[in-house]
Amino acid sequence: MQLPVIGRQVAQPSEGGCSASGCGGSSDHLSHLPQSIRDKVRDHPCYSEEAHHHFARMHVAVAPACNIQCHYCNRKYDCANESRPGVVSELLTPDQAVKKVIAVAAHIPQMTVLGIAGPGDPLANPERTFETFRQLSEKAPDIKLCVSTNGLSLPDHVEALCQHNIDHVTITINCVDPEIGAKIYPWIFWNNRRIKGRRAAEILIQRQQQGLQMLTERGVLVKVNSVMIPGVNDRHLEEVSQVVKAKGAFLHNVMPLIAEAEHGTFYGVMGQRGPTHGELQSLQDKCAGNMNLMRHCRQCRADAVGMLGEDRGGEFTMDKVEEMIIDYEAAMRERAAYQQVALATLEAQRKPAGEQRIPLTALGGRKRTPRPMLVAVATTGGGVINQHFGDAREFLVYEASPMDVRFIGHRKVERYCGGGSSSGDGESVLQKTIAALAGCEAVLCSKIGYEPWEMLEQAGVAPNGEHAMEPIEQAVSAVYAELVAKGRRRDAAGEEIFLQAGT
Amino acid sequence: MAYQIIDSCVNCWACEPLCPSGAIHSAQPHFFIDRNRCNECDGEHVEAQCASICPIEGAILDRWGVPANPPGSLTGIPPARMRAAMAEIRSR
Ligand code: SF4
Ligand code: SF4
Ligand code: SF4
Repeated sequence: MQLPVIGRQVAQPSEGGCSASGCGGSSDHLSHLPQSIRDKVRDHPCYSEEAHHHFARMHVAVAPACNIQCHYCNRKYDCANESRPGVVSELLTPDQAVKKVIAVAAHIPQMTVLGIAGPGDPLANPERTFETFRQLSEKAPDIKLCVSTNGLSLPDHVEALCQHNIDHVTITINCVDPEIGAKIYPWIFWNNRRIKGRRAAEILIQRQQQGLQMLTERGVLVKVNSVMIPGVNDRHLEEVSQVVKAKGAFLHNVMPLIAEAEHGTFYGVMGQRGPTHGELQSLQDKCAGNMNLMRHCRQCRADAVGMLGEDRGGEFTMDKVEEMIIDYEAAMRERAAYQQVALATLEAQRKPAGEQRIPLTALGGRKRTPRPMLVAVATTGGGVINQHFGDAREFLVYEASPMDVRFIGHRKVERYCGGGSSSGDGESVLQKTIAALAGCEAVLCSKIGYEPWEMLEQAGVAPNGEHAMEPIEQAVSAVYAELVAKGRRRDAAGEEIFLQAGT
Repeated sequence: MAYQIIDSCVNCWACEPLCPSGAIHSAQPHFFIDRNRCNECDGEHVEAQCASICPIEGAILDRWGVPANPPGSLTGIPPARMRAAMAEIRSR
């Protein structure tokens, strides 16, 4: 239908102030941070949504022991704090890990960060963890080092972390209230005993908070991860967010609980559900405040290698790595050259602060303000739309509004194409993909087949292959402007896309 | 007088550094306790260290061959519930 056009003057999304575009717009996600932190995270693949299109990190599994139990973890598999459960990593000795990192760094110049995370707690295995860091800081000084921990033994290792020049530390903090903690952690190992219940949670919380404070006092970047467990800590995480930010954590990242009975975890077997996309997003909005730069976290597998959810780990198994002969000096020069180009691209794609992404004139000069819209994107990296719909294993979701285009999160899906007949019928995979795209109103990809096109349209998601190789944010805003101009989009409730100005 | 590690061990390395008598060794297919060295942490700790950190129910047996951590004691999952869930998964 045609939308009423009231007058011809250019609409303002809201009266006065800086809401139209000022304050740097939200795509300059770092503008609120102090300069010193900004410099550290601006081109950091873990923290800068823009940077992670160009840079990557890898994990090595060297530290399998753990000193606590989380109800979302089955220790027959990896640490769920940092990895998808149910996938077992190749356990490496520190020497092997160092060889592997150097091999990967020499072949994948995007790889700039090395993390030690699960399975297990790196600080419950301090010898193996610090031996790996020691060798790497000597042999590959151009790689940033990071570590993830449950926090129990963190205070004991803060000095060592500082000595090894660790770039950043991630602490998984799911609660600051021991009553809630007792529902998340069945036991901890502390002072030579297994301690259960509320007392265990009390100690763990105290140690996490102490460790956090010690690190920030010493100027180490600290990120806090929380697992959102509906009915357990979902309402509590806003408080956690305030507490950890007050202690100096520069980022609070909320991840969804993943619980299936076949993982054999307490939550899985007891039927605890994970959050819906909507619940997760609204909690992330509340916790992130203006710190919304971590939405791209993919809970990557502990030994994942590569970018944007791709995994090239198969090219770097230990037997292959052992056979490689690497001149790291030369590799380091190549890496520096690549990274310089990537940084320049990043800079060029970055929206100048204060510039409005979608010119209001493109919206037809209506008196009404279009409501925001979610748009899914298929990409393999580089900050452009370059993936076939059927090849995507995940979609990046952006929220477009007249003020801005901002990254919201990603949705994992099964690949629709390429699985061959063995992967079962494409139709049900496609239906799952469409369900995973719930809430999105358009999907941008380099190409898309006829069948998925039809099904997407039926589901109310507009497929679009016209923006192949264009920078993501630019394409998203173009499509948004198009859809708004057409004025025919309705949401699930049949509500028009347009809202009254000022509402 | 000794503890014992059996085949449900997942080789997680947690117990090995804690043993005060150096009785635990990494091995294939799973870690094992040297019966001649294990003194059940006697005189060192109130609780057997290996059994106090091991995350796997049933992986460590005490001197009577009884699991130091019986089913449900670590995960909090009632054994009947676990059996029902596993049966349901198998029947899919
Ligand atoms: S800290 Fe990690 S390895 Fe340890 S129980 Fe929790 S999720 Fe599992
Ligand atoms: S009971 Fe004590 S001495 Fe025996 S193996 Fe376990 S930790 Fe070592
Ligand atoms: S702690 Fe338990 S599972 Fe881990 S290596 Fe020792 S016996 Fe095996």
